[in-house]
Order: sequence, then structure tokens, then C-alpha cells
Amino acid sequence: MAPHGNPEAPASAASEINREAPKVAATTNESTTTKPASGPAVTSHGATEETPWSLWEVFVRSSRGLSHVHAGSLHAPDAAMALRNARDLYTRRNEGVSIWVVPAEAISSSDPDSKGSFFESPQGKDYRHATYYTKSEGVKHL
Amino acid sequence: MTNTNDTDFAIDGHGDISVGVHGAGASGDGSASATRITPGNALRPEDIALEIQRGQVKPTEDVAEFALRIGDDGLILAQRLGYWISRAPELEEDIALGNIALDQLGHARSFLTYAGAAWGKSEDDLAYFRREHEFRSAHLFEQPNGDFAATIARQFIVSFYQYQLYTQLMESTDATIAAISAKAVKEVDYHRDHSAQWVLRLAGGTDESRARIIQGFKLVWPYVEELFEDDELTTRLAAAGVTVQPSSLRTEFDRLTGDIMAEAELEIPGVPQSLGGGRRGKHSEFLGYILAEMQVLAREHPGASW
Repeated sequence: MAPHGNPEAPASAASEINREAPKVAATTNESTTTKPASGPAVTSHGATEETPWSLWEVFVRSSRGLSHVHAGSLHAPDAAMALRNARDLYTRRNEGVSIWVVPAEAISSSDPDSKGSFFESPQGKDYRHATYYTKSEGVKHL
Repeated sequence: MTNTNDTDFAIDGHGDISVGVHGAGASGDGSASATRITPGNALRPEDIALEIQRGQVKPTEDVAEFALRIGDDGLILAQRLGYWISRAPELEEDIALGNIALDQLGHARSFLTYAGAAWGKSEDDLAYFRREHEFRSAHLFEQPNGDFAATIARQFIVSFYQYQLYTQLMESTDATIAAISAKAVKEVDYHRDHSAQWVLRLAGGTDESRARIIQGFKLVWPYVEELFEDDELTTRLAAAGVTVQPSSLRTEFDRLTGDIMAEAELEIPGVPQSLGGGRRGKHSEFLGYILAEMQVLAREHPGASW
């Protein structure tokens, strides 16, 4: 297979270039202005009229049959560029055959402070594991 | 990069860098391990050097001269683009331009390795120990980076030209030229996409970005004509089926770039065309400075390695 996870055939003919991709808008791009996730690190350009690129989470499938796994994040002005940046940042060493990018703000995550109530409950409940049970005599295919 | 030692490269399967295993399963194909990351199998300059060393391939004088032209195009562009490392507008774009530069360098290494076989020279001999008038790159490739928009404008022309060229070269009667081009075409296909995306965004962005991409195209468009000039060498090679006449690539180039330009609501700049002459070793004032920077280490410390 081709390096960089490219398709076998020179596929992305000019006609396939994503024309739907929103151009970097002279007016405001909603996804960049309403984004709380990126924080001060991204806005460190200083200039107030500069809207920072929004944050995207990248998931890479390393091989057919495996799941997409979170690889990291990046900044991009829109989804089309996020995919391309992900290809350039996270599949340089033949790591992937497929990429997903997701706007970081679209991800809801569990609260780190609720670790106790969220994740400690299953601890000690060994009866939830198959190994807790002894195999009944004469049962086949176990 | 040197082929003076006797290292025997494993020509079938490059091994698995993660665990040092050679051979079966160490490629990016269907039989590969699902969890290990491998470099994958592709034609590398080292493989070409090995074939040369074994006497399996040797270009004719004409083919070598032609390989020198397109190899030099890639080499000079790679050197130009390398300047952007740590200087691009965003980290992500920094790496994108770096990747493109490395792709171009890879093509250059393959073509120069092959060209060198005609004269008993290595890729390094050709890259570091030729003088300005011995380089055969077209003027477009040595043009200054300018701002980001000018670099994108140059990339846009280069990648659409190279895509047309390499697509045709895949059918070359010279097997090595065809094989290098088959590898390169997938990479320049991505370069096309990258530059087209940016042309659309810069043109459709702010007044500032639009003014800059218009100015960028104005700066580089004079060097388009030279890419499509036929001469005696290309006429001979076209007759032999090694390549096609550069002029025959122009229609598709105009159509495909025209589509994107129209989409971006940009006009082809009505600027006079430069005289060219890069293919004959006549270069603009910029090439000498590029070579000084590129060659100084190898010339100060011949045979240096690290």
C-alpha cells in the first residue's frame, strides 16, 4: 500500500477537491469564536481581530479491522483542512489507513472530579467477571 | 546517502523498524501485522543505487540528462521549501510544507541517483559538487519563497505541472523513470490538493489574504511557460517513448488550474513570460545563493557524515 495512507490510485483529482469546505470567512467563523476549549495558548497571537483556528481531535485507524484510536489534536480552520493537517501530523510514518477528525467542543467528557462516583463503583465486584464463576461439570465449549 | 560502501540493502522488504524483523509481514500490505507500525514498501533511492551497483540498470546519456532536469527541479524546490521549517504561519502548516519538501527531496534523490549512473556519479556528487551552470532546474523552482501566499502560488503551479508530467512518465519506456514516477505521482497528487485548498482559502478569505494570493500569482506566473517548452532532448526522448513533449501537458494543466482559479474567482495574471533557460544551465540570480547554502557543508568537509 502507498505511503502516507494515500489511496492506491492518484485519487484526489482536482474535481474532487472539497468545494463545500467553508472558506476562511472574512466574516466570523462560528466554530472559532464560540470555542472555549482552546484557551489562552491559541490566542497568544495577541491581535484581537485574529480568530484562532479551532481545536480538533484526531482518531487514526492503523489497519483494517481495528478501531480508530485517539492520536492527538491539532488546529485547523475547518474540517477539510483538519483532515489534511491530521494526515500530515499523524500519519507521516505509515501509521494509518483512515482518519477521523472531530471538533474538540463536540466531545463531552466525564468530570475528573467525579472519578469516585463514576469509576470506583465497579471495583471489587468480581462477580461481574467471568473468572468469578467455576465451570459446571460437563459444560462443553467454555 | 552514500553508495560507496558495500551495504547490501534488503531489496525485498525493508524490515520492521519497530522490532528489527526482516522479511515477511513487515510491509504495509494485507499480510502486515495489524498492530505494528512499519515503514512500508516503496521504491527508495537506495534500491535504485543497488540496481545500478549490480549493473541491472543504466540510463542512456539522453535519459540521464532528462532525469537530471526533473531531479534538479525537486532538489531546488526542496531546498526552498525547507526554509519554511519553524517559520510557517501555523505549526500544522509548518509540518505540511516540511512533508512536501521531503517528498520533493525523495523524488530528487531517486532521479539524481539514476542520472548519476550514466557518469559514475552518486546523488551526492551531483547535488553538492556541480556548479550553477550545470544545474538543469527550471526558473520557477528557484524563485524566492516570498510570503506564504507566494509560496502557495508557486506550489500550485509546480504540483499541477508535476502531476501531469509524472502521470505521463508512468508510461515511460524507461522502467526506472516509470517506477520513480509511479511513486512520485501519489505524492504530488497530495501537493496539488494542498495548494488548491490554500488557493481557495486565501482567495476567499480576507481582503488581505486575497490581495496577497493575487500578488503571489503575479510574481510566479512569468515562469509557467518555461515548464512546457520542448527542445531537442525532449523531442528525441518523446520519439523514443521515454517522456512526452512538455508542450503536450499544457492543455490539461490549463484546464485543471483554470478550474481552481475560476472557483477562487482569480484571474490568470496577464504578465509577460520570462525567457527561461534553466534547462540549458542559464539561471536567475537566485540559484547561486541557494547552492551556496546547500553545498557549503559538503564542500567544506568532503565525505562528512553524521
